[in-house]
Amino acid sequence: MKLAVMVNEGPYTHQASDTAYNFIVAALNAGHEIFRVFFYHDGVNNGTRLTTPPQDDRHIVNRWSELSKAHDLDLVVCVAAAQRRGIVDPDEAKRNGKDSDNIAPGFRISGLGQLIEAGIQADRLLVFGD
Amino acid sequence: MLHTVNKSPFESTSLKTCLGLAQSGSDILLIEDGVYGALAGTIHTAMLAQATGTISVYALGPDLKARGLPEDRLIPGIKVVGYDGFVELACANDKVQSWL
Repeated sequence: MKLAVMVNEGPYTHQASDTAYNFIVAALNAGHEIFRVFFYHDGVNNGTRLTTPPQDDRHIVNRWSELSKAHDLDLVVCVAAAQRRGIVDPDEAKRNGKDSDNIAPGFRISGLGQLIEAGIQADRLLVFGD
Repeated sequence: MLHTVNKSPFESTSLKTCLGLAQSGSDILLIEDGVYGALAGTIHTAMLAQATGTISVYALGPDLKARGLPEDRLIPGIKVVGYDGFVELACANDKVQSWL
């Protein structure tokens, strides 16, 4: 089955991104397809590669990047939510005159249309948030 | 329809609202702090215990464990599932409603 997931909370502040991750791993193990993971609101904070948790803690951002690499996951960060919170890719950095970017590997910045498309294309859309 | 509730009934009315609107034959999965709603012997036990006749109620095992809640303290009839069971419930129902 084709599943889409929306994550609305940031890492380390709420369990939502952990629950979403564990759900996706279980779905992939069961042979389902993850059509897209859409990060909205504070959820965009899952996509900054500058995150450095203590070494004995799970690295939520790297965990997403690694899962994306292993399963070719489409991790999409909402552009407007990202701009507000300082999540930038090279194109956005250039467009907004920033001196650097911080998007984590496997993530891409796009718009709400990607969420709508996921809702249409996937068999189920699951929302994780506060 | 699968309803997921992630708030404790001690901090939010989302479980109560969900129970009020869920149609008979629906599934409800308690996740994150929502698993506190699965406990027997609390002021919120009655509303869930009444619903378990027409609605199937599940609690996410890893979230019970993370909060130190033993399965023998749950309302009879509530089934404990893992993330694999969560995936199965999401696929078995035509829609998933998250009560955030």
